Parts: sequence; structure tokens; C-alpha cells
Amino acid sequence: MLYTIALYTSLAIFVAGLIYRISNWFRYSIGKDAADITASTRVSAAVGGIASTIFSAKIGILLKVFLLDVLLQTWLLKKDFLRWLAHICIYVGFILLLLMHGLDKLITSVVFDNYYSTLNPFMFLRDFFGLVVIVGVGIAIYRRLLSKGPRPQSTGVDYYAIIILAVIMISGVILEGTKIVSNSRYQEMVDEYAGLDEEETEDLMALGAYWVQKFGVVSPDIKGPFDKNTLQQGKQLHEMSCAECHSRPQWAFMGYGASRVMSPMASLLDRANIRTLLWYIHFLACFFGMAYLPFSKFFHIFSTPVYLLANAVKKEGKSDPANMATMRAIEMDACTHCGDCTTRCSVAVAFNEISNPNILPHEKLAAFRRLLSGRGLSKKTLMAIQEGSYICTDCHRCTDVCPIGINLEDLWLNLKAHLAELGYTKPEAWAREAMGAEFNLVKLKDKTLSLTPVDKGFVGELTGSAQASTFSVCFGCQTCTNVCPVVGNYENPKESLGLLPHEIMHCLALKHKELALGSRMLWDCVTCYVCQEHCPQGVRVTDVLYQLKNLALKHLKEKAA
Amino acid sequence: MRFALFLGCNIPVRLKHYESASRAVLRELDVELVDIAEFNCCGYPLRNIDLKAFVLSSARNLALAERQNLNIIILCKCGYGTLRMADYLLREDARLREDVNRILAKEGLSYNADIQVKHILSVLFNDVGIGVIKEKITRPYENLKIATHYGCHALRPSNIVQFDDPVAPSLFDQLVEVTGAESVDWSTKLDCCGGPLLGTNDELSLDFTEKKLADARMAGAHYLTTGCTFCQVQFDSVQKMMATEKGTNHHVPSILYPQLLGLCMGIDKDVLGLDSNQIDITGIEGFLVPEPLAESG
Ligand code: HEC
Repeated sequence: MLYTIALYTSLAIFVAGLIYRISNWFRYSIGKDAADITASTRVSAAVGGIASTIFSAKIGILLKVFLLDVLLQTWLLKKDFLRWLAHICIYVGFILLLLMHGLDKLITSVVFDNYYSTLNPFMFLRDFFGLVVIVGVGIAIYRRLLSKGPRPQSTGVDYYAIIILAVIMISGVILEGTKIVSNSRYQEMVDEYAGLDEEETEDLMALGAYWVQKFGVVSPDIKGPFDKNTLQQGKQLHEMSCAECHSRPQWAFMGYGASRVMSPMASLLDRANIRTLLWYIHFLACFFGMAYLPFSKFFHIFSTPVYLLANAVKKEGKSDPANMATMRAIEMDACTHCGDCTTRCSVAVAFNEISNPNILPHEKLAAFRRLLSGRGLSKKTLMAIQEGSYICTDCHRCTDVCPIGINLEDLWLNLKAHLAELGYTKPEAWAREAMGAEFNLVKLKDKTLSLTPVDKGFVGELTGSAQASTFSVCFGCQTCTNVCPVVGNYENPKESLGLLPHEIMHCLALKHKELALGSRMLWDCVTCYVCQEHCPQGVRVTDVLYQLKNLALKHLKEKAA
Repeated sequence: MRFALFLGCNIPVRLKHYESASRAVLRELDVELVDIAEFNCCGYPLRNIDLKAFVLSSARNLALAERQNLNIIILCKCGYGTLRMADYLLREDARLREDVNRILAKEGLSYNADIQVKHILSVLFNDVGIGVIKEKITRPYENLKIATHYGCHALRPSNIVQFDDPVAPSLFDQLVEVTGAESVDWSTKLDCCGGPLLGTNDELSLDFTEKKLADARMAGAHYLTTGCTFCQVQFDSVQKMMATEKGTNHHVPSILYPQLLGLCMGIDKDVLGLDSNQIDITGIEGFLVPEPLAESG
């Protein structure tokens, strides 16, 4: 009952999830040209594209890509043998387990009329496929432990998927073990298949002895050592009633191993009916995994092959713009979060100082997806994505290295355009406006300012660094302002820039944070270092301005938090 | 002479010809280059955002070169200024160095301020030498007038970058003149190209570019020459954009110095990427003397 309800519920969630995720491919609008194309146009373009590809010579390309890239994953093999091995083990092992064991009623028993899960080769293969998955996971963990470099921890989402997989595998093996040792399971089987009456105690003893001896059953009353004749008799009975469906449990090497570990407490486990409990855990974990799949990292099982196939037949510039828009949306989902881009990223190292995950390309892509999903993101989150987007130097390395060929660079440009539409432009330009609006004292011409420091901690932040603290020796000669080419560019520089360089130095001496940070001059500084070069007092004027920009951006971040 | 070649983020994507021209010229002059694939962002774009992130980013590059016992040769002046600045700060501030090294240690790296960062122009001038370059020139230019653009971040702050005299530099001019070209006098020679403000304040940025281009034209220059990624982008792509979008055309295309030098050393113009500039510079070939110089004993 519970089984059926759980099965259909999770199946329904799974299907709904798939539909939802796939519908996003037609709804997410990335890029300028995508904005004017409706979802329905995109669906029909996709259907048309698929149909015309299948019924053309391109079907050959698709088959080739499917075989080499999707099934055999040669792109990964070329990159890194161990990683390929891990990936192939996990996915081949799991698919085979699913087909042969999970869907045995639908597939295996239909294909093989002598199918019993307890009969070889099926009994052996089930454990073997399980082992293949476990070996794959082992290699993956080993690689991860070895890898150095600025690679961040996987995020929670990745762990959930792996935990579910682990629960399924482990509960399966232990369940198998408890079944092997279970006396009550044995009794049920005997009742059903042995065709012996309760009076035939000698036969029952003999069969029992044989199963205890050879099949690992742990019985409370039948215990060895047994004499040869009993075993011989048991063997005959076994061959008559049981052998048709049963190979020796040693073939199920993992389950058998587990059963040996459990054998001392077998009766206890049997009485407590741990077997049933494990069975619930096992199938509930499977169903939960199925329901969660469309929402997890494992959705790439569907999206990545689709992307690889579509990418193989698309023609840059020639394909239907509606399909190109759809492709970009699929790209977002095709990312497997493998982190190769981040390992190669030119600015990932900054993550050590600026703990904003959006600096890292594989995280930034996930953030872009959240942005597109239309969920209202907080100002803080948007600012973090903005910062990550603009720390990026567009060096193209992520795109060159992406194992499945996602055009990340193109997505980053679109992400910036998207952010700009929401009002989040380049941080420097954005901060100039935000700071000017917040600290608008410069504009209030007639207001008398108090000379008491507004924020005592402020100057402490500057004197913390040797270069910025040099402002204190300024004696007000104004050379910096006089030589500044930015100041020189304006007829009325105060109008355009707020405070001029020497005035900013004064503000610092007065500890006047609001004035110093609100000046547009900070952001219009062209960093040519002419002022610093010419300062007779050795004030590192340009470097002080750099520091003030750092402080202003930090201030904006803290304010949004 | 061996150096670790630091290309930065932009050259491999947007100025591939700067790389190929530099490699070709340096090979001719027996400067050996080592590539370090793990190099990352020089730190320049992080300077506005976070001092420590910028220093860390630079320091990782310095440490990577130091691990191989190599000095760095760099083609970009903003990158040059940034690496020099980080190196200076790390030498000056022991606590900063400790912090940075603690992070680098996670990758088994550390920086002990044991290497030098040099710009390609100073390698050519100081390490190779004008005399050696002169010997390699097979077909000098004649009647060619060049506006030599120094670039702020190589010149200033001079106590830190130590490239040349910040007020009356001559290094770059001498490198230009050895090719037979004339390095013209122009009043905004040492001024900023406007590049750092591109994207932050485009109007102001273009004002700078505009002024310099007009001045170079006034001084009679046929071409500008640069030794920096950002300056080149400004005088090439941005100048082209200004001509098409704003309609102001000063007709002073910009040529990267290794292209200028390579051509008169007889290096293939495809290797120098003469066709890769946004504004056509192939006309410069017309200034080469018609007959190659006779091989001098
Ligand atoms: C028609 C086929 C068939 C026959 C005959 C049969 N069994 Fe089974 N038996 C099975 C299947 C299938 C399972 C596994 C059921 C499951 O997965 O819970 C099983 C499970 C068992 C188990 C639990 C161990 C395990 O690996 O799951 C025992 C013990 C067992 N049988 C004993 C016997 C004995 C003793 C006989 C002979 C009297 C016998 N069976 C005859 C099909 C059969």
C-alpha cells in the first residue's frame, strides 16, 4: 500500500519536475534577440528543428554524437582518464542496476523467462553492478581529495544527491544481507516451495542443515556441525524444491559479506524485523531520489545529452534565432557543476579574500539560473552576482575548458546585460551613483558642516595600510589637484567631480567619511598616478583613492546585508 | 636570458597578435620564454574592489614564477604596474606578506620577493640592448613619424615601477628611433590614454583618447605606438569606434611596438599580425627602405 502510494506520488513529482525543467528551456529568455520570441514560437521552432534534423543526413551526426559523446563520453576520456572512469562506473553501473534490478518486473522478467533475483547470473550481476557504482564513487572521492587549487567546496545541493545515492546503495546491500541470514524468510520459503508437512521433521532438519551450511541461513534451532548424510539428504531436497530459483548466496558477494558480519545478531535482527525496515528505507530512498532528480544536479542526465546532441547540429549564425535562444537556456541546465571552469578561472584566486561564490564561474552560472527563474532576489544577492560578474576579466578560459562546450563567455555577457536591466551596472559606475546619493553633503553648498568626526573608526581603516595612511602628511599645497588631468578636463571641475583630490585629503585629516566617500572624484580617477608622482610630501594620493573606493564598495555591501 | 611570459587575460583573447609579434621578436633576439599555464589575473581589475584580493592575485603569479626561479616579462603596462605594486607592498609590509603566503600555502606556493618583474620594453632596452637590436634590423624605416605613447602605469609611481625617468623618459623613444623612425615631440606624450575609465565613465575616457589623438596628429605623427594591452585597445578598437560612432577621425592608427620592430627585422607580417589590428596599419610597410641593408660583417 505505502509502496504503491509512494511509487505513484514520486513518479508524478518526477514527471511534473521534468516538464517544469524542460519548459524552462522555452521560457528563459537570455540575450537581446531572445526577448521578442514567445515561448510557443520557440517550442514550434524546436519541434521543427528536431523533425528536420531527424529526417535528414544529420541523423548520422546525431547517432555518432550519441554513441561517442553521450554513451562513451569520449570528451571526458580525452581530458582525464580517472575522471572518465569514475563517471562511467557510476552512470553505467547505476543504469544497469536500474534496468535489471529496479525495473525487473517490467524488463528483466519479460526478457528472461527464467529470471529470479536469487539465481545466477542475476544474483551475481546485481552485486557486481553495485560494486561498479561504489568503485566509481570511490575514484571520484579519491580525485577530489588529491586535487589542489582554488576549488571551493561543493555546495549543499550536490551533497543531497550523493547522500541519496549512498543511502540507496548501502540499504540495498544490508537488506540483502539480512535476507540471507533471516530464518523467518527461510521458513516462509520452505512453507511455500518445499512441499513438506510439519511431521516430516527429518526432511525439514536436513533441508535446514543444508541451507544453514551452504546458504548462510542463521537458524535458532538448527545448528552445525552436521553429518554427511543429513547434508546429502538436504541437498537432494534442495535440488528438488529450491535449486531452480537459487544460486549460492556467495555470488551476491556484497550482500553475503554483510550477512556474515550480521550473523551473530541474526535472530535479533529477524525478530525486530529489521528486514522490513530496511526494505522501506531502500525503496523510499529510491522513490525520493526519483522525485528529487529533476530538481537536483542529476537532472544533467537528461539535459547534458540533449545539449550535446543539439550543439552538434546547430549552425552558429545560421540556425533559427528561436532555437538559439532555447539552446542558451538548455546550456544553463547542461552544466554538471563539475567545476573545471573554476579550476581554470583567472580570478578564482580572489575568492580567498572576497568570499563571494559568484566569483567562481560554476557558481555564477547557478546564480544566473536563479535570476532567470524570476524569483525575487534580495538586493544583497543581486549585488553579489553583480560583483562576481564584473570581477570576471572575460578571459575566455572557462569557455575553452568546459568539457561539454558550453559557451560560458556568451552567457556572462548576457548575464551582465540582464543585471544592467535590473539597474546593476559595473560596480564602479554603480557605486558612484549610490554613494553620491547617500552621502550628498558635497551638493549641499550652503550647509555648514560640523568639524567633529562623523565616524572615528573610518580613518582607522585607512591608517591600517601603510600607503593610505600617508594622507596625514598633506600640507595642502594643492599640487595634486593642479596636475590632475581629470580635474583639467572640466571647466567647472567641482560641479562634475564633487571634491577635488586635495580636498579629499583634507576630509581625511578631518576624519570626514561622508564627504570623502561621497565624492565622484573617486570613481572618475583615471589612476594615472600623476598626482602621486608630483606630491612634494610623498602622499600616495592615487593609492589613497584606491583605498577609499575599496571602503565605499565595502560600505555598500554592508549596507545591503 | 630566460623569462616567464605573463600574458594576462586580454592578450590571448583580444590581442593575439601582440603575443605572436612579441614572441617572434624576442626569439630573434635570443630571449627565451617559458609559459606558465597556471598564471591567473594580474590583479589589476581587483584594485578598485579589494586591496588584499588584488595583492593575493598578483602574488600567486609572482610565486608561480619564483617557484621556477624565473623573472617575469610582461607585455601590458597596467599588468606591469600592478605586479610591481604588489611586489612592492609585499616587500614593504611583512604582515601582508604573511597573510598572503598563508593562503598561497594551500597550493604549496609562497612568495619570498626573490624575482623581478620586467616590461618587454625594458627587457629590450636594458637586457638585450639597443646595439644588439640595431644589428638585427635589415630594413629600417625612412620618413616615418611615430608618436610614442609611454603609458601611465609603466612610468608612475616611479619609485615603485622603476621603468624610466618619470618626467623626461627616453627609453621608448630610443627603441622607436633604432628602427629608423622619428619619435616626434608631442605635448601629451606622457598622458593617460583614458583606458582605465572605459566602462565606468565612457565620456571622460574618450575625452582623454580624443585629446591624445588630436595632439599626435598635430605633431605630424603617422602612427602611434604602444606597449600595453589597454592603451592599444584604446587607440585601436576605441579609436575605430569613435570614428564610426562619433564621426571624429584623427587618422593616427596605433601599432604595437613589437609589430613596428618586427617588420624592420624582416619578420613575416602574418606572424606580426599586421592584419589583425582593428584599424588598418599595413600602410606602414610603405615606409620601409626599398632595399634591405647589406649584411654587415
Ligand atoms: C520459484 C522460485 C523460488 C523457489 C522454488 C524458491 N525460492 Fe527462495 N526465493 C526466491 C526469490 C525470488 C527470493 C528473493 C525474494 C526477495 O527478493 O525478497 C527468495 C528468497 C529466499 C530466501 C531469502 C534470501 C534471499 O537471498 O533473499 C531464502 C532463505 C529462500 N528463498 C529459501 C528458499 C528455500 C529453502 C527454497 C526451497 C524450499 C526456496 N527458497 C525456493 C525464489 C524461490
